Amino acid sequence: MSIRIIGAQLPDSTVKDLFVENGVFVEESSAQHIIDASGLIALPGLVDLHTHLREPGFEQSETVLTGSRAAAIGGFTAVFAMANTLPVQDTAGVVEQVQSLGDQHGYVTVRPVGAVTAGLAGERLSEIGAMAQSRAQVRVFSDDGHCVHDALLMRRALEYVTTFGGVVAQHAQDPRLTMGAQMNESTLSNELGLAGWPAVAEESIIARDVLLAQHVGAKLHICHVSTAGSVDVLRWARARGVDVTAEVTPHHLLLTEELARSYDSRFKVNPPLRRDEDVLALREALADGTIDIVATDHAPHPVEAKDCAWDEAANGMVGLESALSVVHAAVVESGQLNWADVARVLSSKPAQIGQLVGYDTPFAIGSPANLTLYDPAASRTFATTDLRGKGMNSPYLGRQLPGRVITTIHDGYLTVSDGELVGADTVAGEGRNRG
Amino acid sequence: MRHLLSTKDVSREEAIAILDTAEDMAAVAQREVKKLPALRGRTVVNLFFEDSTRTRVSFEVAAKRLSADVINFSAKGSSVSKGESLKDTAQTLAAMGADAVVIRHGASGAPRVLADSGWIDAGIINAGDGTHEHPTQALLDAFTIRKRLHGTASRGRSLDGVSVVIVGDVLHSRVARSNLWLLATLGAMVQFVAPATLLPVSTDGWPATVTYDLDAAIDSGPDVVMMLRIQAERMNDAFFPNAREYSRQWGLDDERVSRLPAASIVMHPGPMNRGLEISSGAADSVQSTVLEQVANGVSIRMAVLYHLLSGTGKART
Repeated sequence: MSIRIIGAQLPDSTVKDLFVENGVFVEESSAQHIIDASGLIALPGLVDLHTHLREPGFEQSETVLTGSRAAAIGGFTAVFAMANTLPVQDTAGVVEQVQSLGDQHGYVTVRPVGAVTAGLAGERLSEIGAMAQSRAQVRVFSDDGHCVHDALLMRRALEYVTTFGGVVAQHAQDPRLTMGAQMNESTLSNELGLAGWPAVAEESIIARDVLLAQHVGAKLHICHVSTAGSVDVLRWARARGVDVTAEVTPHHLLLTEELARSYDSRFKVNPPLRRDEDVLALREALADGTIDIVATDHAPHPVEAKDCAWDEAANGMVGLESALSVVHAAVVESGQLNWADVARVLSSKPAQIGQLVGYDTPFAIGSPANLTLYDPAASRTFATTDLRGKGMNSPYLGRQLPGRVITTIHDGYLTVSDGELVGADTVAGEGRNRG
Repeated sequence: MRHLLSTKDVSREEAIAILDTAEDMAAVAQREVKKLPALRGRTVVNLFFEDSTRTRVSFEVAAKRLSADVINFSAKGSSVSKGESLKDTAQTLAAMGADAVVIRHGASGAPRVLADSGWIDAGIINAGDGTHEHPTQALLDAFTIRKRLHGTASRGRSLDGVSVVIVGDVLHSRVARSNLWLLATLGAMVQFVAPATLLPVSTDGWPATVTYDLDAAIDSGPDVVMMLRIQAERMNDAFFPNAREYSRQWGLDDERVSRLPAASIVMHPGPMNRGLEISSGAADSVQSTVLEQVANGVSIRMAVLYHLLSGTGKART
């Protein structure tokens, strides 16, 4: 497929025509497919370092195909699939299966994350070396959903993963301090009678782990940072020269604990929504680089997992379809990030942390053609019709959100065209041609 | 009033109106025929996801005295998974034409979820949800205090200036939360007494003062001392070292009762742990209102059902 994109505004604000042929950007071509991109912003293909695709094992929630479609409509061209599948992504066989399902469907590049501990049980290391050396070449390891809370095991994991050039992505949550926790511990949690999830349960683990990472000279990544105190700890760690990176979710940049007042379990998520002060601190940290990237923590659940009392509901929100609009609303409209920053926090930097090739020189001639065309002037009342995965558990339903993804191009072929997904057969066919 | 979910939603006028109606209902209990025809043909469902014979029976007696049809629906032990059972049970009750659902649930906010869900179009009464609220308990406590203070001249009165000390597991107590909002609305001054472990980390915005020192609270001569049930299992989670130490520091024993002004009253929502948070002497003293609270519970629940289902309540065809 050869594509000509006319008049797109690049993240650095220059306007130019882009040519795509055989999967890469080229100087010029006789394009079959012409896209008028006037008024649209061309961003490099978005990369999500934190997605739950649920397959294998939880196909009622999401599959690699449906999650890939949700990603594509959100402007993503690559996602890192978290390890909490069943069987857990803790062996070479499972990670290879997930990767190959992604390749087969072709909407996005699927990069499996390997479990740090066998079965996510937090007791002994999983086969990290085997996963790193498998066809899936896993480089990111995480027990996400569970904290690697044993300090000695965490130290060993940091060291052992370094052996294979990888990084541990820690879900920072002291399990004892958060027994039965339901929402941010605060005046509001006390009023609502919901068991509190104190900020210190996150901050104390981050503080411990940055010290461990420094001690053993390892890289560390912190998942879904949610509190102002965590930002302080990260700033301190960076000042000490610790090799730590961190992510924030779109929802922690926009939503606060006040939403729990409704007991509407769409707003139940782990880590929980926090206070206004936390949201403001997270935005600032993203703007000044203390937090490196935005990652969705896309967590689809079937309706019945949310259609119940708050305590009984599953944690998590879907986020792939809305991420770019939410980042736009939270930090672009506020003037804290420009589009070049958005390209950094949602594409080049997450690709760098995850060691995903092809995202370091976006739009350069010869680089893989992964991009999304975004209409920043659009506005929509977000609805279930905007979702493309299986999960309807979006916290943004009924909320006005800016912007819209018009086109997504993955490895040089269209996955989203005129604001709608290209058919699965077409995409899979294009993917095979490329592969 | 469409639902009774939290005492925070109840205005001063509504609260006094309910207490006044409960006065009328209490009078019915003195008659030979303890029954009013007010809710004839209406169906009240007691939907109890947690065991609580006391509260369920109190609501059942209240509904029956108003001539409503009562269905007791114990959802505990159902084979259906927890999440599904709230929704499915609600839809089942809706299909049966329930006019009011009295719900007791282990999850905070479950009554609110039911009221907002669209699964059922009945009035919802919160009969205790998790560690959130227990509004009818607070109403019956306010009724009991008012009755002790003003006797037959209670009607129309608030609790302006009444000092209430609430002692015990404030952190986990739905009774404490409902009492906090209602007593403040009615003009009372609330003081919580507990070890720091059994208080919320922050009580900013709560219309109450907080102290760790029960003896100081006793010696301030409060009008009301309300003891909360303490669950002995809490010591396993390191909220306090053991029952003896708790009892010594925060238990209402005979000696502390003796230091209270003669007109002060001692309350407990029941069931009591005699010898832990309250001594037998205190529980059975003339100052104790424990049994009045039980009797008043029926009057208050009659009043609440009446306010929800008759008069201002919408007509059903």
